[in-house]
Amino acid sequence: MRENKHHVPETVERLLDSTLESVESAEELALSVAQRAGFDDDDLMKIGMAVRESMVNAVVHGNRYSEHKKVRFSVTHNGERYTIRIADEGDGFDFNTLPDPLAPENLMRTSGRGIFLIRSFMDEFEMRRREPSGTEVTLVKYMVSK
Amino acid sequence: MSVKLSTRQVGDVSVVDVAGRITLGEGSSALRDLMREMVGKGQKKILLNLGDVSYIDSSGIGELVSGFTTVTNSGGEMKLLNLNKRVKDLLQITKLYTVFDVHEDEAGAIRAFA
Repeated sequence: MRENKHHVPETVERLLDSTLESVESAEELALSVAQRAGFDDDDLMKIGMAVRESMVNAVVHGNRYSEHKKVRFSVTHNGERYTIRIADEGDGFDFNTLPDPLAPENLMRTSGRGIFLIRSFMDEFEMRRREPSGTEVTLVKYMVSK
Repeated sequence: MSVKLSTRQVGDVSVVDVAGRITLGEGSSALRDLMREMVGKGQKKILLNLGDVSYIDSSGIGELVSGFTTVTNSGGEMKLLNLNKRVKDLLQITKLYTVFDVHEDEAGAIRAFA
């Protein structure tokens, strides 16, 4: 967490292709804004990983690498909250069916930890369906020490 | 930098020095391919040295689990060496730290193989 002293509000938006290169560029963008916002190395690692996992969900599981589908990415901060929104154009999924990756029966699964890690690393995490299709996730990191 | 994998033999233990990023795509698939190749060649004692791993994502964690399962199911053993703080933290919050046999010095890890 950071002390809110010299922030300059900033917003960056991109419309990205459904590729792994977009995962890298979204992570870099998010980290560059987060660095300017003053987050420390530990928070930068958490933010970078949360963005990466969210982008992988959008590109791989949402849009399924479709060249006809885009990922809408935005990152903004206002001195109090650093917010990332990532929206895909996929078919969506039932949020209630996500298995608990910490349950003993799931511990040795090779996938299914992404959303758990995002929740662990960010202060707020929200998923919602988009109309007519797709999923939007919102990730928030608080910027002011409490 | 993507992942860089190099293997060496210490007695009957195959040591894999892993450097760079183990992430979805090239990084995790390279590790998966190497582990399968080693098991296919009958190597039963595999030590993954993660000391120079700068980044690992959930896909990379999945590949560690996959490798562990592949080696164990073939009657072998896989151990981890030199976890940095970030990798260690990730394995702890995913409750995998106690699943793997983790070591901090290579000689001790080599001796720990049956």
